[in-house]
Amino acid sequence: MATTSLMPVEQILEVPLTWVPRRYIWSNYPAALIYFPFFLFLRNTMIICVFTVVATVASCALVAYGFSRISWPGRNLVFAILIATMMIPYHVTLIPTFLIYKWLRWLDTLKPLTIPALTGSAFYIFLLRQFFMTIPNDLSEMAEMDGAGDFRVFWNMILPLSKPALSAVAVFTFLGSWNDFLWPLLVLNSEDKYTLSLGLYRYIGRYSAQWGLLMAACTMVTVPVIVLFFVAQRYFVQGITLTGIKG
Amino acid sequence: MGIVRLSPRVRRKLRNGLLFTSPWLLGTLIFTIYPIVASLYYSFTDYSVLASGRWVGLLNYRVMFLRDERFYTALKNTLVYACLLVPMSLTLGISIAALLNLKLRGMGIYRAAIYLPTVIPAVAASIVWLWLLDPQYGVANDILRRLGAPTIGWLSDPKWAKPSLVLISTWGLGTTVIIYLAGLQDVPVSLYEAAELDGAGVLRRFRHVTLPMLSPTIFFNLVMTLIGAFGYFTTVFVLTRGQGGPVDSTLVYSLLLYNNAFVYYKMGYASAMAWILFIMVSLVTYLVFRSSGRWVYYGGGG
Repeated sequence: MATTSLMPVEQILEVPLTWVPRRYIWSNYPAALIYFPFFLFLRNTMIICVFTVVATVASCALVAYGFSRISWPGRNLVFAILIATMMIPYHVTLIPTFLIYKWLRWLDTLKPLTIPALTGSAFYIFLLRQFFMTIPNDLSEMAEMDGAGDFRVFWNMILPLSKPALSAVAVFTFLGSWNDFLWPLLVLNSEDKYTLSLGLYRYIGRYSAQWGLLMAACTMVTVPVIVLFFVAQRYFVQGITLTGIKG
Repeated sequence: MGIVRLSPRVRRKLRNGLLFTSPWLLGTLIFTIYPIVASLYYSFTDYSVLASGRWVGLLNYRVMFLRDERFYTALKNTLVYACLLVPMSLTLGISIAALLNLKLRGMGIYRAAIYLPTVIPAVAASIVWLWLLDPQYGVANDILRRLGAPTIGWLSDPKWAKPSLVLISTWGLGTTVIIYLAGLQDVPVSLYEAAELDGAGVLRRFRHVTLPMLSPTIFFNLVMTLIGAFGYFTTVFVLTRGQGGPVDSTLVYSLLLYNNAFVYYKMGYASAMAWILFIMVSLVTYLVFRSSGRWVYYGGGG
């Protein structure tokens, strides 16, 4: 079973070789590009991903600093609430959140897919907090004696020391946003705003029998993630262990 | 005033603390606290987007429990899925992690290989599975045919549809495995050495050293797997084109909820469903937490 869990990945890439005549292989890609406006969907996805990554890292780092390096009255209680919000199934907040965007007339724009990133995400805040806690307090206390405010300490000390954790959050956020399906499905209607995941889904409906084309499209959506995975492998493992062990 | 006077230093800390956490505080008010309250309110109304918010009291809940057969089907499907998945992910996850913990050359590659599937977009992976499990042209049946075994209707046979889903989920076990692996690497080598000196074999060492030391990790993964199983959506949605077929055999809870809310526009009813799910998830998590006292062992620094 350990090896079968691997198979499909290889098969995405091997599929045309084993199951379709050789001549077919490459022509599937341009064909898929025509039927499936790949570059348009890629552009939308990239806009969302880049904004989400930057906004999430920035907001989560700020908030995590507030929860780990400043001791203010009520902090532990508020942090407990943060942990509790992670346990709430998304189903509960889904419908009212959808209706908020409807009321704002933001449906069918990219805003519902980007703006919420500014408020951070409980899971990554938790992850960064765990990391910030491991940075010795003496350093920041010394800086404070010298008259540095919290923001200076945050900007000049904590952030540079936390690059690995921040990278892990960036990588996970990128992936989450690239792979997200349900939320784009709900808020986007017009095809020119589709993301890759959503586009791919609509695509199976229309060309369900043409496996060659479908596989080409799947490959194109998957390859960037695999490349990212190999480039950033270190951060994945780090990020997961950071949450797993302390969980 | 009943409020305790705060020293300037503490007051400054409070101000900065609130300032730094304000993005999340605001976000939670708008995207969590308000939606929770609103969702609870909607669950008592007949909210259909067009004709909004007529108070109907407990009607949604009464209909759900007394008249909606699909609610029970979805509930049963989700529970069956969870009951198949949890033992599977527990045994397989620990076994794979134990294998990956061996000291072999090129282990980094195997570890990466196990984790890789979890980063692939669920939609793309689902489409590939759709093809692999195709009754006529799929790879899975092709292998069975070559072995001379009878072919299986995988996703088209109601009997096989749920096991097929579990099979697909097993493929994405990477995160769980990595967390187990991290847990395994935290087990002090000295414990194994001591057990070996006492004459404990491989199995006894696993039973009396590995499992107890790993129990906090098992607990964490168990809770995460359960929460994940209750929220299972994208794969089923893509595989069954949002239908939960064949004959509702893969109609999981999230899928029915989605259909009620965004296909039939019964937002009030869907909100009620979300609340029942919330209560169930909390209950299950609570029970797991309660039982954890008996089997989770936290070592010295744990």
